[in-house]
This record gives sequence, structure tokens and C-alpha cells, in this order.
Amino acid sequence: MRIGVVTFPGSLDDKDAQRAVSIVGAEPVALWHADHDLKGVDAIILPGGFSYGDYLRAGAIAAISPIMREVIEAANAGMPVLGICNGFQVLVESHLLPGGLIRNDCQQFVRRDQRIRVENNTTAWTSDFAAGQEITIPLKNADGGYIANAETLKRLEGEGLVAFRYLDVNPNGSLNDIAGITNERGNVVGLMPHPEHAVELGFGPQGAERMRSGLDGLPFFTSVVSQFVNA
Amino acid sequence: MTESAETPVHHPDTVANAIATPERVQPYDALGLKPNEYEEIKKLLGRRPTSGELAMYSVMWSEHCSYKSSKIYLRQFGKKVTPKMNEKLMVGMGENAGVVDIGEGWAVTFKVESHNHPSYIEPFQGAATGVGGIVRDIISMGARPVAVMDQLRFGKIDEADTARVVHGVVSGISSYSNCLGLPNIGGETIFDPVYQANPLVNALAVGVLKHEDLHLANASGAGNKVVLFGARTGGDGIGGASILASDTFAEGGPTKRPSVQVGDPFAEKVLIECCMELYQQDLVEGIQDLGAAGISCATSELASNGDGGMFIELDGVLLRDPSLTPEEILMSESQERMMAVVEPSKLDAFLEVTKKWDVETSVLGEVTDTGRLIINWHGEEIVNVDPRTVAIDGPVYERPVSYPAWIDALQADSASTLARPADSDTAALREQFLKLLGSPNLADKSWVTNQYDYYVLGNTALSFPDDAGMIRVDEESGLGFSIATDANGRYCQLDPYAGAQLALAEAYRNVAATGAVPTAVTDCLNFGSPENPEVMWQFSQAVEGLSDACQTLEIPVTGGNVSFYNQTGDVPIFPTPVVGVLGIIDDVARRIPSGWQDAGEHLYLLGVTREELDGSTWADVVHGHLGGRPPAVDLAAERDLAELIHAGAQESLISAAHDLSEGGLGQALAEGVMRFGVGARVWLAELMQRDGVDAATALFSESTARMLVAVSHEDEVKFKGLCEGRGVPVLRIGVTTGAGESAELELQDLFTASVDDLRRTNRATLPEYFGPVVGG
Repeated sequence: MRIGVVTFPGSLDDKDAQRAVSIVGAEPVALWHADHDLKGVDAIILPGGFSYGDYLRAGAIAAISPIMREVIEAANAGMPVLGICNGFQVLVESHLLPGGLIRNDCQQFVRRDQRIRVENNTTAWTSDFAAGQEITIPLKNADGGYIANAETLKRLEGEGLVAFRYLDVNPNGSLNDIAGITNERGNVVGLMPHPEHAVELGFGPQGAERMRSGLDGLPFFTSVVSQFVNA
Repeated sequence: MTESAETPVHHPDTVANAIATPERVQPYDALGLKPNEYEEIKKLLGRRPTSGELAMYSVMWSEHCSYKSSKIYLRQFGKKVTPKMNEKLMVGMGENAGVVDIGEGWAVTFKVESHNHPSYIEPFQGAATGVGGIVRDIISMGARPVAVMDQLRFGKIDEADTARVVHGVVSGISSYSNCLGLPNIGGETIFDPVYQANPLVNALAVGVLKHEDLHLANASGAGNKVVLFGARTGGDGIGGASILASDTFAEGGPTKRPSVQVGDPFAEKVLIECCMELYQQDLVEGIQDLGAAGISCATSELASNGDGGMFIELDGVLLRDPSLTPEEILMSESQERMMAVVEPSKLDAFLEVTKKWDVETSVLGEVTDTGRLIINWHGEEIVNVDPRTVAIDGPVYERPVSYPAWIDALQADSASTLARPADSDTAALREQFLKLLGSPNLADKSWVTNQYDYYVLGNTALSFPDDAGMIRVDEESGLGFSIATDANGRYCQLDPYAGAQLALAEAYRNVAATGAVPTAVTDCLNFGSPENPEVMWQFSQAVEGLSDACQTLEIPVTGGNVSFYNQTGDVPIFPTPVVGVLGIIDDVARRIPSGWQDAGEHLYLLGVTREELDGSTWADVVHGHLGGRPPAVDLAAERDLAELIHAGAQESLISAAHDLSEGGLGQALAEGVMRFGVGARVWLAELMQRDGVDAATALFSESTARMLVAVSHEDEVKFKGLCEGRGVPVLRIGVTTGAGESAELELQDLFTASVDDLRRTNRATLPEYFGPVVGG
């Protein structure tokens, strides 16, 4: 399976997303923001970072960069797309997912190992999780406060489109403790915390047994691979 | 050049004009030059300088750029060397940053630098551009930056202005380094009234490269093109280097805010990736970042280090503000700019790469063999100098040095006369232990570090609160490096020679505690005014102490920075030589954390505890006292200890190691327990008897060459054998106990504190002054 990782100017966690893809046995493919070419990939990750320096609004400029035309087309045709942190912001700015992301309510950049609950395990990126599974993956952002109007929130909650919810602490003032959402079809998923930083022993969040041993991010990537293999 | 300098020159002061108008009065003093320096410039040129040349000389001959007061001392680092010190050194002092061979074809480059003065005036931008500047030094060696850390010293924690500086500095660093995608893996945060109106903001960066990718800042090969790329040149930071970094803050003077540079981390991130691609395609012959003194520095240093000649057409510089005069363009310290020397045949490929990254680029001129740096402005020659006179052969001062009369009385005032609780007064011991634990300098720094990303790049093996940061360099083999910095201004105030050695010893010990082999050193020497003979004495002592100790430990200083004029009014800061030590580890999988993760392990104290409370945190926090002599330096013992830990790490015998320093054994135990929430039962009776010390001394003394380690009980015999074989004093002082809600630190016959109590005390201090930490 080939999974594309888009690099925008200012992308930071693109190499980490590529590493996560390799770890689960898929082939990472570097995609460049200025190309109109998805290089025949089977799924796409929009990685974390500060694309275009977060100028205007986080994700706003990346959302209109050349490759996003192909990404949006592919997403609408059902290709799995995962937006992590800045990638989530890009998905929201591209209207592939509803709502918006604003400055953390504490007005600071926050980096912490964050516990979240998987609320929807039927998406392309969450099928290897158990329903309601509680996991810990790193969170690190300045603009992670999820907002949406009352009607959208009601729809997200009513249709089971809230994919992840913050547990213990709401680190950024997100409405309904929302950490990530999915589209109706379940192929497009966006979240603020970083699953690609919890895939390798020794470099992840604090685990229950050993330091930096948390691997709760792996199922994101195995989910999309196993669905591809089984398709 | 805001309020005080000459009026803008619309018709540039050309070389011809300078020859024709020798009588013209020039504002050299407002630009920071002394009369004798101005005369020297005239002698070198055989005429008065043009205003452009004056601008160049003034910034390049400033203390910050020329090291004119420190040069004669810094030479010691080059002289006190052993063959072993050169074995791994690929590039030493004098380049943008030192480079160390770490094996397997990999090298590491690292350096620490100050950005103190800008950070007091404009904390956010000052600290942010400090990170940006040191990162560009790393890039210009051909390396990919992989980590940063910051050494911060603020005024008294409860002084009103401290919060302003702390908030600005921390968010500036957070915003810049997070946006660059560099993990921030360690550093220091210290509060002391001596830094009230002169905070220290030092920034360290580390980069990695393959041996063949090494680049140096020189312009060789006549006919090669000189290219400026990156952000546009604006009016920010003009006079920043010469005026800000080389002058004290006088009350009632004009505002210097416009002289602080403004950073754009996005531009720098793109510049990093652009440079990496240029290196990959081998399109660069020489490269230099633009930092202090901007184009003046880059052109004169590149030319001096190469064939010696360069021709530049300054009107080719892309400007953010078209009204800038040529003098201002020469002095501007706009951030995120680089200058490269490129072979003509590779220029098209070079421009293609910069275009791909949307990095604006202009070809300014070329390398020549004339031995002159010539700069034209709209076809007229405004600079014609020997670049070496600007960049290398600047003034050198042997400043007056005088032994401070006050130091004898200070050293005589030992902390040994201060009241200590009796061994039986366990309530007082517990109270003092907790008071230290919650004191600003020993308190948990999560308020700061939770604003830093240490995950990005996916190679961080250790970071705060462990003893050192550690980064994996090679994902296949696990080869990596470990890095820590330290400085104790209080020790240095008591004895700058010993204090500088103690800073080195602690950083060395911190790196060793992670299982790495300490290999190389960088330093940032923060001192008061060099025009104060007592400060010069402190400086000379510190450099001598540090260079002697580096020679004894056989680890070279590879580069660094001197920051003078850190004082307010006539009161200098404590001498604060920040020392960074870099270590190599063959496989980061064998790293050692600072706390234990399992119950039932044996706790050992390595080293000897003496009654050494002078200059200690205990004396400060409990008695508000500073006097006496700092703890004794024992470099041989430090080396034995480091080699022991490394040997133990190779055999995976050691599951935790934590150095003893500020706060002593009590603090080390508390931190070991708090690290993973696993308790410990500790007995001090044997230690007190063996070393002949009371309970307060056992808990709070800051004797050096000591470490607290946890070893699995099955490995007891093997570990003790290792210690005895190497002559490292070892004493079992406890056992690790359970985790969870009941976890506690029990000091038998003295007192007990639950992990929850320890954490509550340790974590409350910073939020009390600066606001809550997300998640508590």
C-alpha cells in the first residue's frame, strides 16, 4: 500500500508521518504542495506543522495550494485522508470537515501526553481500535480549540461523527471536548493530537510500563492498511 | 542609528568623496567606536572612512563581533590541548560552530550563544531571534539542525517585572522553535535578583551532518558568485550588535526598541529546507549566515577566510524598505538571511532550488583575487577595504584587571556557621527539605517546558526533566548524542575559577548520567562590563579555570560566545559561564533516565559527601546567605564516575542515574521519586557515619562527583564489583518501593513525604507567579 504525505512549506511532522507509515509496512510517498500529482497513492496524510507560518489562519493558505485540488477530489471519491494537527486545520479550511480551529483558550502553545477516547471506530483510520477505547498520544499545538455552530455540533454528535474526545483535561477549550472528527463516509478524519508520535518504542509518550513506550498511535495506520488489504 | 547618528545620506559618501573631504566630522562615538579606534581605521585606510566603511568597522569592531576584550584570554582554549582532544574535533573555535566526529560517518555541530540585551528590551522577539540566530550558525556548517535548548536566568520570581520578561521570553522561544520544528530538549531556568534588569537568554542549537557535507564560511575561487538569499533586508536591528550588545542600559536614555530584530520562523524553516537541498545537490562552495552586523559581517568574513577579495553591488540587495541608505543596508540585522558563494556553472541550479522554496535570491557580486572588499552603490564605490582589517585584525585590548577587594570577606563568611537542624529535629529537616523542593530554582519547570515541543522529528530519546537531552542521529544503528548545560552564578561569585570548573563538571556529570561519553564543550560566558577591572579579573579566572578543566578531562571547547556588559548601573551580574557538554552514545536504546521505574531496585550513592554548604541552595533558601568557598572540584573523580556509568550502561546494569547538584541528595531523591511516581525507602545512618556528616549535611550538601543510581537487585554483586574495581566510593542507601497513590519517599528515622505531596510542593511555585499549567 502506498500512502502519500503532503509537504507544504512549513510542514514539520511530515517525516514523522512517513516513518509511521513505514513502521506498519506501507510505503510512504512524499507529495509536494505545488504539484498537481498524487503519484498514484492509496491514502493521504496531511501532516502537522505550521504550513505557511499559520499566516492568515492556521491551514488557510495550505487549503488553497495546488495539490489540494487533487486531495479534495480524491477525498470526495472515497480515498482515506488523515489530517493531523495542522493537517486537521487544512481539512477544516478546505471544507472537507466542518467547523474551525482557534487559538487555545489558555493562549499558549501546549505540549502534553493527552488521553483521548476513540468515539467512532468505524472510520478508515480507526477500525483497529475497540469502540470507546481510551488511548494516550502526544498533543502539541497553539491553535487547537475546536469550534462549530450549534447546528453542526448537534449533527456531529447525532450522527456519531465525533471521532475522538479529550479525557481528563480539555487542553484547548474545544467544544464538547472534541479532539477529532470524521466525515459521514468515514474516509476523511482529522484530529489535533499526533498519532505518528506514538508508534515507536522509546520515542513515544510515557507508557504504562516504560518511559516513552506508548504505541497507541499505531492502530491509526494499521487500520487504513488492513482495510486496503481486505478490500 | 536611530536618534543619535548622522542624518541619512541620500548621496552616498563615496571613496572619492572621503579622499576629497578629509576634514568631515564623523559620528564614530555614536556608533560605539572609541577615538583611538577611529584613528586606527584612518591609519589602516590612509584616509577617513566613508560612512559605509565607518558603519562596517563600527559593527565589526564592537565587543559583540570582535571579542576585543576577551580574545587574549580565549587563546588559552587553543593552547591547552592534548592529542586526545583533537581526535574527534573536525572544526574548532573560530568558525560559525564547532564540529565533532561522532562515528559511523556522522558529525555533530553545536554552539550556545547569548541574546541577553535584546531579550530585556523586547523579551518575545529578543528570545525568538536568539533561537533563529544560533540555528543559522548550525545550518551554515552544512548541518541539519535537530535540537535546541535555552539557558534562562531571570530576576527575583516575585518581582513584578519578572513575569513580563518570563512570559515574553518563553513564548518567544516556544513560538520560534516550535514553528521551526526543532525539539527543545532541555536547558535551565534560574531566578536571582542579580539578573533583575539584565536577564540572561542563551540559546543552544545542535545539528547533524555526514562528514562529506561539512561547509565552511569562506569565499574562494575568483569569479564565483556571491549570492544573498532568504528574507528581505529591512530596517530592523540596525546598530543592534554594536549598540545593544555592547552598552549597558542607562537610565533615561532614548528608547532602543527599534534596534531589536524581528523574527519570522516560517521564513527560517523554509530557509533550512532550502539550504539542505542546496547542500544535497552540492551547489554551494562557501556559506555564511547573516547575524550580528548583517552584510558587513558576512562579506568581510567570507572574503577574509577565502581568497581575500570580493566585489559587491549593494543596490542588488532586495529591500523590505526602499528608503534604506547603503549604510543602513550594511548594518541591518534583518533575520533569516544567508550568503553563499556559488560557482557560475551551478548558479542556475542554485536559483532553481531557491525558487522551488519561494526563497528570494539576488546575485550581489563575485569573489575576486584583489585582496580588497569593494562595495558599489549605484555604480559608485562606497567601500574599499582590506576585509581582514574589518573581520579579523580588529582591535585587541588587554583590559586592566584587578583582584576584587571584597572577595576575601565574602569567602571568609562560610555557611558552616549557619544554624542547621539537629539530627533529632526531624520536623525542621522535613520543613527545610520541602522548602528547597518548592524554591524557585529547584521547582518543577513544566510551566516553561510544556510550551516546548520535544516530539517533533521523532528522535528525542531523553529530554527534561532528565539530566540531559538525548537525540538519535542514526535510525538504523541507534547512534546518538546527549547534551546538557550548566552554570551556577553563586559559585562563580565566590570563586570564578572554581565556579567555571564546577559548571563544566556538572554538565559533564549530567551527560555521563545518561550513559553517554562526554566528548566536547561549548560555552557562553556571561559577564559584566569588561571596562570594570574586577569583572575582567572574574573573566580571566573563569576562562583559566574552564580551560584548565577541559584539558584535565580531555574534552575540547569547540566554540561559543562571550557576552559582556551584563549589568545594570554599576552592578554586574554574577559571573555566569554557561557550559554545554556534548556526549556520544553508541545506541540510544541504552540511555539511562533520571528516575527509577520499578519497585525492588537497590539505590546507591556514588561519591563522597562533605560538609559543603557554601553557596548552596540550602544556604540561599533557608538563610538567604551567600559566602564561603564553593564545593571542591575533583575532576579525576568526575572522570572515574563518568567511566563507571558508561561501563554500567554498556552492560545494562543501571536503570536510573541522577546527578547530585543544587539541593544535594534530598533534591535528587525527591526528583528520582517524582520522575515516574515510584517511591523509595532510604536510610542515611551509614552514610552519615562513613562520611562523618550530620543529617542536614547529608541531605543538603552540594559536594561534587556524586550520583544516585538504581540497580536491579540481581545485579548488585556485579555493580559493586564495577565500582570497587574503578575506585568509586559506593554505598547502598535504599530500595525503591511501590508506585500508585501510596507511593512515598521514606527517609528512615527522619521523615516521610508522599509522592503527591512532593509533586504538589514542587509544581506549585511557577504557576503561582506565571499562571496555570494546562492539566496541572
